[in-house]
Amino acid sequence: MASSEEDGSGNGSVEEKENGKKRSLGALATAWLIFYNIAMTAGWLVLGIAMARFYIQRGTHRGLFRSVQKILKFFQTFALLEVVHCAVVHTSVLVTGVQVSSRIFMVWFIAHSIKQIQNEESVILFLVVWTVTEITRYSFYTFNLLNHLPYFIKWARYNFFIILYPAGVAGELLTIYAALPYVKKTGMYSLRLPNKYNVSFDYYYFLIIVMFSYIPLFPQLYLHMLRQRRKVLHGEVIVEKDD
Amino acid sequence: MKHYEVEILDAKTREKLCFLDKVEPQATIAEIKNLFTKTHPQWYPARQSLRLEPKGRSLKDEDVLQSLPVGTTATFYFRDLGAQISWVTVFLTEYAGPLLIYLLFYFRVPFLYGPRYDFTASRHAVVHLACACHSFHYIKRLLETLFVHRFSHGTMPLRNIFKNCTYYWGFAAWMAYYINHPLYTPPAYGDEQVKLALAVFLFCQLGNFSIHVALRNLRPAGSKTRKIPYPTRNPFTWLFLLVSCPNYTYEVGSWIGFTIMTQCLPVALFSLVGFVQMAIWAQGKHRSYLREFRDYPPLRSPIVPFLL
Repeated sequence: MASSEEDGSGNGSVEEKENGKKRSLGALATAWLIFYNIAMTAGWLVLGIAMARFYIQRGTHRGLFRSVQKILKFFQTFALLEVVHCAVVHTSVLVTGVQVSSRIFMVWFIAHSIKQIQNEESVILFLVVWTVTEITRYSFYTFNLLNHLPYFIKWARYNFFIILYPAGVAGELLTIYAALPYVKKTGMYSLRLPNKYNVSFDYYYFLIIVMFSYIPLFPQLYLHMLRQRRKVLHGEVIVEKDD
Repeated sequence: MKHYEVEILDAKTREKLCFLDKVEPQATIAEIKNLFTKTHPQWYPARQSLRLEPKGRSLKDEDVLQSLPVGTTATFYFRDLGAQISWVTVFLTEYAGPLLIYLLFYFRVPFLYGPRYDFTASRHAVVHLACACHSFHYIKRLLETLFVHRFSHGTMPLRNIFKNCTYYWGFAAWMAYYINHPLYTPPAYGDEQVKLALAVFLFCQLGNFSIHVALRNLRPAGSKTRKIPYPTRNPFTWLFLLVSCPNYTYEVGSWIGFTIMTQCLPVALFSLVGFVQMAIWAQGKHRSYLREFRDYPPLRSPIVPFLL
């Protein structure tokens, strides 16, 4: 779910739904978006390299999250800007908002706040998935904006998700599940009665609800990506036949 | 009298679904829909959208065949709107829920709170008052649905009833749970706060009702005419001078009153969400008034005087 494979959240200037017809952006907006997407590609590349280096040097994933958390937090939080970009690129604020929020949620409200789960394998799983996904996605947008999209990047964007999406969901769900006992024990982020606002909040049950919400949400997003894939890559095949 | 021929094609597949010959020129779209239902009984008129273009606007039931830009052989495109349900049914269901659900929590029916609280009563007067106000509000809504409102549309898509009931019933349960909870904390400023809140609530309930009656009187029974609403002798309707949808304004006011009365955050959130939704509806209504009437009063804003 936190995989940002949703087409609508594109930060390129291409409205893929309109068969590659480009909407013109101002020169300043285009320049900023190119800079943004290059910077994000670079950031996630650096994160990927940092993770690889750690694993090669130490031979374990223990302590990996702690060592890369600053880079992760910086670039993932910076992605909040993509909600603002929606206004310029005419994509759905709601969809982008949901995606970025779910990433922020995993990074700050699970991995950062519940330190005991930082060495779980599931954390490495979603970190790897996110890294590959984001490098693909941001380079796709970059090349699009520059009007020179290599086919293999387009291919990657519309095929990697088939494996990455379920893998990412698995990583996230397993991480949240691992965090549950610690949340219950500490009663963190919870508000009990009585209080003057006459409301209560139990983070433990909230997390359980979040986990269940993947059941209706994940298939919808996955099927949407499959439909986009058929449209974009299928269209490509037709063009090649006409050659 | 020259008769028309009408062919109805599927808007997506362009497949010819129905051919009607010898159709009267003064036939309405409603009558044509009825004829179409005869050949395709699963598509009752309420779920038919007929249009002149596959992606065009739906034609209205009252439109007359000869007044449409068609030749003597008229081609209509059909889209299935999906299963429909009447507005009255939806309203009654979505309002009956909160009425009953709140009472379940008020009477502390078993399994909602701990067993030692089953069927006990709150010791706070404001909790009893809140129950009375909440119940009054929804009883009023049910009665208005049955006796006051005149609906423009007969039906809405079936899936709306699930969406709407989840919203109303869900929020009602969430609010009622805290207000009727054994550990409920009464308002910080005590009786003063409750009295003020009750005054606001009652004022806005009366206001909301006055607007509903005024809107009903604008439209004769069985008709779907639309006119500009104006203030009447009832002072509550004078809000029409400043606002297009004073019924929504008063509704938000009622819920603000209820929030102050109960000092309960879920109530505040319900009021906020309701306000956002009603503001969107008010903007839409305001814009369609402006489009339809050249002489629409310029001072009016959609829902909040001068602001929104």
